[in-house]
Amino acid sequence: MKLYIEKLMIIFNREFTGYFRTPLASIFLLVFLALSAGMTFFMGQFFQRGQADLNSFFVWHPWLFLILMPAIGMRLWAEERKSGTIELLMTLPVRNSQLVLGKFLASWFFTLLAIIMTIPIWITVNYLGEPDNGVIFISYLGSWLMAGCFLSLTSCLSMLTKNQVIAFIVSTISCFIMVMAGFGLVLASVRSWAPLWFTEVIQSFSFLSHFKRIQYGVLDLTTFIFFISMIMICISINIFLVQLKKAD
Amino acid sequence: MNLLEAKNLYKSFGNINAVSDISISLNVGEVIGFLGPNGAGKSTTMKMLTGFLEADSGSIEIKKTDLSKDPINAKSIIGYLPEGAPSYSDMTVKSFLYFVGKMRGLKDELLEKRLEIMLKDINLSEVQNQIIETLSKGYKRRVGIAQALIHDPDILILDEPTDGLDPNQKFEMRKLIKSISKNKGIIISTHILEEVEAVCSRTIIISSGKVLLNKETKDILKKKKENLDSIFRKITK
Repeated sequence: MKLYIEKLMIIFNREFTGYFRTPLASIFLLVFLALSAGMTFFMGQFFQRGQADLNSFFVWHPWLFLILMPAIGMRLWAEERKSGTIELLMTLPVRNSQLVLGKFLASWFFTLLAIIMTIPIWITVNYLGEPDNGVIFISYLGSWLMAGCFLSLTSCLSMLTKNQVIAFIVSTISCFIMVMAGFGLVLASVRSWAPLWFTEVIQSFSFLSHFKRIQYGVLDLTTFIFFISMIMICISINIFLVQLKKAD
Repeated sequence: MNLLEAKNLYKSFGNINAVSDISISLNVGEVIGFLGPNGAGKSTTMKMLTGFLEADSGSIEIKKTDLSKDPINAKSIIGYLPEGAPSYSDMTVKSFLYFVGKMRGLKDELLEKRLEIMLKDINLSEVQNQIIETLSKGYKRRVGIAQALIHDPDILILDEPTDGLDPNQKFEMRKLIKSISKNKGIIISTHILEEVEAVCSRTIIISSGKVLLNKETKDILKKKKENLDSIFRKITK
């Protein structure tokens, strides 16, 4: 087990520091902070609402992640396949699960770094009023879990192509579907022809409905299990795809 | 001592039979030259020997360890340079070799020693802190060789190690392969026939996924009284 974690951490470190070897990290962090602040203060009308909470900040996260998570995750496997380093990687004494987990965790913790950098907004709202910090903490946690779902899905899809642009587009569309599944309009259109149970299944898969519950400070077991199991399912499929598609 | 024993390997991609009934045995001190025209199945065979591809049938034993049953231990005995010498181009030479060494399970102290030896023996000292992307093709190839040798493996599998090198670099590379071959088993795939004559103790010629010739290089040259070039052309026609 110790050796398993050791190798996983070597992969994690290479991937995590990899973000900072190119301008990708700084561009991403800058775009994320600028967009999240811009949306909160201008589109979310943070000051005009006159409420000491961060709803106008978190409400944009599913939409921000929709674009930004595929941007982080598109390179995870597509680049390895394009450059041929997958052959080098997979002839090292390492398990596929260590590679997939190491890469995924690196991108997930990089996202955590971006989320942590928004803490000044939390401080601001505490300076201006008396928010429920418990709800804000749960929203932060939920936001990170949702980012993990987007990333694991992107990582999985980036194994299917050698082209990072294709990986980005396919991942964005897939993430969009996962978000939109909970939208009233989509559910209404499904409800018109499908049985009730099918509509409920579609709704239960929506990132948006689960994240909305978290936003109100409700991190119940169902939501928590949903996000974690989504991540685990995507990672398992990713491990299977690595074995299946490595030599294509 | 036997290092590698591959028996009756088969591999097909759809309707194409890439490898049909190839068997290879590699002993300590042996350098096998793996020859064949483009698309003969050289790289596919090497990918199977290193555990990157699974054979459709047949068995591969690395120092008595079954590659399919215990791939982690079997892979740790092999050093492999894939075709085109891929490496992480955004890393420096030293950090890349350090990464591979760590993945190979070398402890810090030993890894530092091996790094020093690699940088010196493969003439990488002057570019050790350079980003791999900025290196010439020759240097990139040397980085590939260094990562394959970092853990001092018993078996070395090199897919076209001198491709893209200038004549001086080729000479140096052959000298290096010869110098390390005494206590290792090496398999080299190449298009360059003079390379086989210069460094390989055994020659295997394959075409359309089948072994056409598997003999000691000196015996081939002695018996036929002609050079390897004409023998190659004759049997792979």
